[in-house]
Amino acid sequence: MSLFITAGYPHPDETVDLVLGFEKSGADIIELGMPFSDPLADGPTIQHSSEVALANGITMDKIFDMVIRIREASEIPIVLMGYINPVFNYGIERFFKRAAECGADGVILPDVPVEESGYADEYAKRYGVPIICLVAPNTGDERMQLIDQKSNGFVYCVSIAGVTGTRDDSEVSSSVDTFIQRVNRKIKKNPVMIGFGIRNHESAMAISKHVDGFIVGSALIDNIRSHYPEKGWKDSLFEFVKELKHGK
Amino acid sequence: MKYDAPTKQGYFGKFGGKFVPEILIPALEELETAYDSTIDDPGFQQDYRYHLKEFVGRPTALTFAERLTAHYGKAKIYLKREDLCHTGAHKINNTVGQVLLAIRMGKKRIIAETGAGQHGVATATVCAKFGLECIVYMGAEDMERQKLNVDRMRLLGADVRSVTSGSQTLKDATNEAIRDWVTNVHNTFYIIGSVVGPHPYPRMTRDFHRIIGIETREQLFAKEQRGPDYVLACVGGGSNAIGIFHPFIEDEKVKLIGIEAAGFGVDSGKTAATFTKGRPGILHGSMSYLLQTGEGQIELAHSVSAGLDYPGVGPEHSYLHDIGRVQYVPVTDDEAMESLKLVSRLEGIIPAIETAHAFAWLDKLMPQTSADELVVLNCSGRGDKDMGTISKYL
Repeated sequence: MSLFITAGYPHPDETVDLVLGFEKSGADIIELGMPFSDPLADGPTIQHSSEVALANGITMDKIFDMVIRIREASEIPIVLMGYINPVFNYGIERFFKRAAECGADGVILPDVPVEESGYADEYAKRYGVPIICLVAPNTGDERMQLIDQKSNGFVYCVSIAGVTGTRDDSEVSSSVDTFIQRVNRKIKKNPVMIGFGIRNHESAMAISKHVDGFIVGSALIDNIRSHYPEKGWKDSLFEFVKELKHGK
Repeated sequence: MKYDAPTKQGYFGKFGGKFVPEILIPALEELETAYDSTIDDPGFQQDYRYHLKEFVGRPTALTFAERLTAHYGKAKIYLKREDLCHTGAHKINNTVGQVLLAIRMGKKRIIAETGAGQHGVATATVCAKFGLECIVYMGAEDMERQKLNVDRMRLLGADVRSVTSGSQTLKDATNEAIRDWVTNVHNTFYIIGSVVGPHPYPRMTRDFHRIIGIETREQLFAKEQRGPDYVLACVGGGSNAIGIFHPFIEDEKVKLIGIEAAGFGVDSGKTAATFTKGRPGILHGSMSYLLQTGEGQIELAHSVSAGLDYPGVGPEHSYLHDIGRVQYVPVTDDEAMESLKLVSRLEGIIPAIETAHAFAWLDKLMPQTSADELVVLNCSGRGDKDMGTISKYL
């Protein structure tokens, strides 16, 4: 189970705590979101968390500091996930070098398809921070193999056409089975993690039974959004995470 | 100079590319294949030219601006009258082309983003004409300042969706249109309104606007037996500018000037002057100059003109800027509005506020010209849509 949280949401002082709590509650991988002003592959939930994080003054260097602090307490794999412009602006080489120094284990750049990953690949290799690529339901067979070759760590399988956010079961499950069969035939090198649309344990189990794991993001942020800053918001969030993994 | 940008991968020098989520890659490949196999097809060209003539009203006039020329007392000024296109601006050249392509690709659902509303109106118009479903995303703030165009789109049968995220202007409308496209990619054709977005859009939109420059060249030769010395156009995303510039790029004698919107002034913090204040970055699928913070977050643009109120610019313009082939210069809100009033009185043409930015540069340019030179200015749109804003400056 991989969990996504936007760095700096709901507050920069909470991020490290949330990540460590996620690990205790059953997370195997953390995707730490690097917020961007124009997240065009994201639905309203992650748009909201990005806006809040930016309003909280999140910067690339503050995100790296969070990674260092997580590393002081935990060995959980951390994948940095975000749009290319802030990374490009930081300097692609500088970014990968710093990511390696801080102990990040991978990078996901959802608006960089394999066509455009050339110069990031070079630095990813040099500094040993692999790029994790995405496949979508309309990705052709040959292209899926190419993406598997380029990707390192795992392949992020986008379950449905659309932006991030939770969905009704009917929207997700209808055509996903044939897609997963194709993914399992074509993706040989990497483990496969599936995400987009998962809202609870049942939908996670249904969608991920034939792959290596699942990814949840929007459902966590929705949970925070409805309870923060009430007393006990974090406990109910961690409770939700445990349920995601094990059911009620 | 020989000029054949973009590359097959969609690069103009280092600018352009396809920075989009994986889900859109098959759609862009499908579009590229369809476009490549269609653009030179005589049947398609015949259709496109037919509708430009019979529906849009092309060729548009190249009007000698007699009193404006006398006002400056220097070079002769000609206006390429894109304001006379059906719907009141150049935007329809592109929507006719793209909708014909959409029909050939079997797509029945059309989406678009719009800032000033001109591209939205042009898209709604062709969708009405060809009987296609049309959804237009528009920032809530733009809907307020361009209410007339919202009503026009609705009258034409389009579903105009208000975008309340971010700055509620063109950049956010574009984000929302891309989100729609990501979700409905199997049956939807996205008609982008400017020479921005992922490859092949900047090339395709340019190609559908090249007619502006091609006609200009022919018409000026007919009237003056020679080409222009200067060509001026306003630049937001840059579609009208690239349309008139492109056929002149290889002819280095022709000085090309793009006028960007400085808003309250380039150092006021309320500006849309992308070249003056921006630096390269990636937004909406391509690398180009961008207004951005030190952290690479996109800054809010400001211009009195909704059509120029965009923090980016087309990648081909970034390339032309860096190789020095086009000079890009800023004009403020106030300069544009003053010029709008002058042109209205002297020429009997009320230009769009976007277009007025190009006119305003004449104040700086004309004193440097001589009486035997020729200036062509792309009169990209008419100002009727802007009367609400213009009234505040009277």
